[in-house]
Amino acid sequence: MVGQDLIIEPINYRVPLSRPKKGVAGKTGFWRTEKPVVDKEKCVKCWLCEIYCPVDVIRVEPETGPTIDYDYCKGCGVCSNVCPSGAITMVPEE
Amino acid sequence: MGKVVPITGNYAVAYAAKMARVQVVAAYPITPQTSIVEKLAEFIESGELDAVMIRVESEHSALAATFGAALAGARAFTATSSHGLLYMHEWVHWTSRARVPVVMAIVTRTIGTPWNIWPDHGDFMDQRDTGWILGFGMDNQEVFDLTVQAFKISEDPRVYLPVMIGLEGFILGHTTMPVELPDQKELDDWLGPRRQGYVIDGREPLAIGNLAWPEDTEEMFMDIQKAMEEAKQVIKEVDESYGKLTGRRYGGLIQCVGCSNAKYIAIAMGAWAGDLIEAVQKLRDEGYPVGVARIRFVRPFPTEDLWKIINGVKGVIVFDRAISFGAWGQIYTDLVAGLAQYTRNLPVISDIVAGIGGVNVTHTDFYKLVKNFVDIVEKGEQPPVFTWYHKR
Repeated sequence: MVGQDLIIEPINYRVPLSRPKKGVAGKTGFWRTEKPVVDKEKCVKCWLCEIYCPVDVIRVEPETGPTIDYDYCKGCGVCSNVCPSGAITMVPEE
Repeated sequence: MGKVVPITGNYAVAYAAKMARVQVVAAYPITPQTSIVEKLAEFIESGELDAVMIRVESEHSALAATFGAALAGARAFTATSSHGLLYMHEWVHWTSRARVPVVMAIVTRTIGTPWNIWPDHGDFMDQRDTGWILGFGMDNQEVFDLTVQAFKISEDPRVYLPVMIGLEGFILGHTTMPVELPDQKELDDWLGPRRQGYVIDGREPLAIGNLAWPEDTEEMFMDIQKAMEEAKQVIKEVDESYGKLTGRRYGGLIQCVGCSNAKYIAIAMGAWAGDLIEAVQKLRDEGYPVGVARIRFVRPFPTEDLWKIINGVKGVIVFDRAISFGAWGQIYTDLVAGLAQYTRNLPVISDIVAGIGGVNVTHTDFYKLVKNFVDIVEKGEQPPVFTWYHKR
């Protein structure tokens, strides 16, 4: 910013701020109606599922391929949609 | 010691934003506001003002950009009028509820339809429930002074609320008057650096405006109500310290002219209060014991200050340049509600709604209306509670 001093003097009032961290809204995996299941044989390790996951629960490693944290995956299906090799299938939850 | 320049009300706002060293200006044109952001663009272009001009595609984006810049720690400013203000209304609420200090000038203009560019206070008074502090000037000097004061008020940790400064389009906005600008160095020392409660700077994740439970939401809004109460004191302190700097003190939330020995009080806000003061001075010369209480701030509403001068008088006549259709003028409504907490025995209070759509009301109208009101009350009769004073 163009140079001027800034003083941050904490507010005595309540403000609508929150600091996001893992699990802050509970185990949101319970919201899921469909579960993404990865076929590691088909996975080409392109990282698209990790990049597109809106809740950042997918990690793709070169050796092991994608792992999904089902405690927080809400089952939105974006990963399945963007997967170029059809390696992610949405399976209904029981 | 400052220097005196002949400038319009809009330029007075632009000079004030420049001298407050705003760092971000969001600009979207609308009559009669446009010359404010045009002047600021000139200041930035010439290097007199070190700021970023964001040319947005709408007023909704203008306040959103101002809000975002302020969140990031910048002293940010924008200006609008009438339909532009209505269009940004969502962000008006966001800004106050997020407790982000911002200053915005409202160059008032009648809300359409019918399409109209002349001033009344309808767009400004429409903002009373937004959680913004609402100040209104009477002349170009006060518009300048109020605008620089608005930054000081908004950035006070006891307040941390955004401030709107109102001035009528054309009557002040495009009319040239001499305005004394303070010395830049002295003003810098007085205003101090940008101050706010929190910033979003990207170094750590921070979510603003997330879903909150009803009880948490209500507590945040209760705190805005508390801050409005605190703001009454802050506005008076700022008026006093600015007075030390410039020699100009306005009296805080209201300005009184001849109130101390008055048996009748006339109330108005904005440029036409100058005409009212002129009319009342003539009436005082003729022996009518009338004083003027000029509203400088609508939010927080100056209930206590008005009660102090109204307690014991025989009659109060309120001039509203806006109408809450189906009720009355807004100053009247707020005044009566405020006074009712002090007494069940109110003086005679009449509301005159006038000047709507930009209809010109002059000191001769005020003279006639105030004189008529006092004469009726002195005869022991009851004047009408509400009159829509119309002329063509």
